[in-house]
Amino acid sequence: MNKLAEIKGIKKWFALLLTYVIVQLLVSLNIINDYIMATITTICINIILAVSLNLITGFTGQFSLGHAGFMSIGAYTCAIIIMRYPSPLSFIIGLFLGAILAALLGFIVGLPTLRLRGDYLAIATLGMAEIIRFVFLNLDITNGAAGLFVGVQYTNWLWLYVFTAGTVILITNFVNSSHGRACISIREDEIAAEAMGINTTKYKVIAFIIGAFCAGIAGALYASYFYFIKPDLFGFLKSIDILVIVVLGGLGSISGSILAAFLLAIISSLLQSFPEIRMVIYSVLLIVIMLFRPQGIMGSKELSLSAFKSLGSIFERKNGGER
Amino acid sequence: MKRLLTLCVCFLIAVTLIGCSKGNQNEIRIGINYELSGGVATYGQSSVEGIEMAIEEINNAGGINGKKIVPIKYDNKSEPAEATTLANKLITQDKVVAILGPATSGSFKAEIPVANANKIPVASGSATADDVTVTSDGKVQEYAFRVCFNDSFQGTVMANFAADNLSAKKAVIIMDSSSDYGKGLAKNFKDNFVKAGGSIVAEEAYVAGDTDFNAILTKIKGLDFDVIYIPGYYNEAGLIIKQARAQGITAPVLGADGFDSPVLLELAGAEALNDIYFTNHYSSLDKDPAVVKFIEDFKAKYNKEPDAFNALGYDLAKFVCDAIARAEKLDGESIKKALEETENFVGVTGTLSVDEYHNPVKSIVVIGLENGVQTSSVKISP
Repeated sequence: MNKLAEIKGIKKWFALLLTYVIVQLLVSLNIINDYIMATITTICINIILAVSLNLITGFTGQFSLGHAGFMSIGAYTCAIIIMRYPSPLSFIIGLFLGAILAALLGFIVGLPTLRLRGDYLAIATLGMAEIIRFVFLNLDITNGAAGLFVGVQYTNWLWLYVFTAGTVILITNFVNSSHGRACISIREDEIAAEAMGINTTKYKVIAFIIGAFCAGIAGALYASYFYFIKPDLFGFLKSIDILVIVVLGGLGSISGSILAAFLLAIISSLLQSFPEIRMVIYSVLLIVIMLFRPQGIMGSKELSLSAFKSLGSIFERKNGGER
Repeated sequence: MKRLLTLCVCFLIAVTLIGCSKGNQNEIRIGINYELSGGVATYGQSSVEGIEMAIEEINNAGGINGKKIVPIKYDNKSEPAEATTLANKLITQDKVVAILGPATSGSFKAEIPVANANKIPVASGSATADDVTVTSDGKVQEYAFRVCFNDSFQGTVMANFAADNLSAKKAVIIMDSSSDYGKGLAKNFKDNFVKAGGSIVAEEAYVAGDTDFNAILTKIKGLDFDVIYIPGYYNEAGLIIKQARAQGITAPVLGADGFDSPVLLELAGAEALNDIYFTNHYSSLDKDPAVVKFIEDFKAKYNKEPDAFNALGYDLAKFVCDAIARAEKLDGESIKKALEETENFVGVTGTLSVDEYHNPVKSIVVIGLENGVQTSSVKISP
C-alpha cells in the first residue's frame, strides 16, 4: 500500500515536470508565440487568484470581495523593487515580500473582520480593498493615478509554472489536511464546528492569510509581465472578476477554478475581434452556464484521473447497452 | 451532455473561423488596439471612427503605392494588460507593420515594450502624459510615437495666453488632485504664469466625482483675482462653472482639453458659459480648407459633429500611412525611420513635425465660449 502511494506520488511529480518541459519546448520552438504566452500568463495568474479565493470563499465559506486589494499589494511591492533594482533575484525577493505583506495585511484585517458573517464580511473586505486602492492612489512612491510603468519583464514560463503549480499543490494539500477539514466544517455549519471544539476564528484567519499570500504572488507575477499597473486595475470589478471564475468553476472545487480560468480566457480571447458584441456575448454565456449549472461547472467535485476512469466505464456501459 | 456537446461544437467553429484570416502580398496590415468597451470606451470609439474614415479615404484613393490598407481591429476593454496581450497578437499572429492606439496613456505605455522588442512602431492619437515617449531616465522609447501634444505644453500655453491675451496678473487654480492630468497641468500653468509676471493667489483642489464646490468658491470669492484656471475634466468643471457664476464670480475661466465635451454645456447651462477659454487639439471654427473638408466628410459619414478624438484619430491614421508611403521597405524599422523623419505633416489638428523625443511639434488652439457656443479660436504655435 505504501509503495503504491509512493509510485502514485512519483507519477504526479513526473506529470508536473513533463507539462513544464513540453510547454517550454513549444516556447523555444516558437510554436507558442508571444500572444499565446500572454494568454497563458493571464490564465495562470487567474488560476492562482481563483484557487486562493476558492480556499476563502469555496472551502471556508467566507464571502470575500477584497481579493484584488491583496493582489495590488503584491503587484506594487514587486513593481517598486524591480524598478529600483532590475534583476531576476530582486524579482523573486519582491514577489515574496509582496506576498508576505499581503498575508500580513490579511492577518491584520482578517482578525477583526472574520468575526463578521456573510454580507457584513463581504462589505468589510470590500472596504479594505478600496482603502488599499486609495492609499496607492495618493502615495508618491506609487505615482498616484498615473500608475507605474514597470518596463521590465521577469515573469516567464518557469516562474509562472512554479508558482501556479505551487499554489494549487499548497491549497489542495491544505484542504486535504486536518486544518482544511476544519475549514470545510466551518463552511458547513459554523456553530456545529465550534461545538466540536474547532477554533473557528483561527481557521478562518489561516485560510484568509493563505489566500492573501497567493493573491500577492499573483499580483507580483502580473506586475512583472504586463509592464504597467495603476490603482484602478485593482478595484471592485477585479475582485468580482475573480469571484466569477470561482463561482463558475464551482465553489469548493479547485479543478473547477482551474477549468473556469481556462474557459473564460479562451472565451475572452475569441471575442477580441468582435468588440461591438463582446461584452454581450460574454455576459450571455455566463448567464447560460449559470442557468444550466447553477452549482458551477464542477460543483464541489474534483476532476481527477479516477474521475476520467469512472466516466470511461459509464461510456463503456452505454456502448454495451446499444449493442 | 448533449448541451455540452453543442457548446463544444460552437467553440470549434468559432476557432476555425478565426484561424482562417491569412494575409496576402497586396495589402498592408495595420493594427488597431483601442478601448472599445470598459471605462474609457468613448475615447476609443471616437478615435476609431476617425481612423476608419481616414483609412477608407486612403483606400478609395488607391491605397499606398497600390496596396490596400487592411485594418485589424481589437478591443482592449480599457485594460493595460489586455493592450499588451493584443499588441502581441497583432504583431505575432496578424503580422501588422504598425499599430494605432490605445487612446489612454497607461494602456499605450503598456504596449510600448512589446513594440520595442518586436521592432514594430506604435502610435497614439491621444496619449498626452508627459512621460509616454521618454522613459523616466530620459531615454527615448524607440518605437513609440504620438500626434498629440503633451499635458505640460497645454499648461504652458494657457499661462501665456492668460498673461498676454487676457492681461491677467492674478490667478486662482482649482485643480483635480485625483488625476495626474490635473496635477501636471496645474504645475505647468503655475510655473509659467509666475514666469510671465503673474501671481497665484490661491490653489484649491477637488477630487473627481465631487459635486458641491460652494465651499471652495465661497473661499475664493473674497479674493482679488483676474482668472480661474481649472485643470480637470468636463464633469466637475461644468459644475464648478455653474456654481461660480451663481455665486456671482464673473472672472474668465480657463481650462484644458478636458473641457471638450457637449456634457460641459449640459452641466453648466448656456448662460453660465461666458468668458470660458480652453486649450484644445483642434477647433471646428477653423477656416482651414482641410479642416472644413474633414468636418463636412465626417458629418456625411457619421451624421454628427466631429470631436477632438475623432480629429486626432483621423490624423493618426493619416500620419502613419504617410510614413508607410515614404518608408523604403515595408517593415517596422523603415517605417519607424520614416515616422522620425516626418516634417510638416498637414493634419486636421495642425501641421506637425516629429522632434527628437518622438513628440509632435504642432500648434495648439485656444477656444473661447460665449453663451455655451464656440465663438473664437486662437492658434498658438510652439
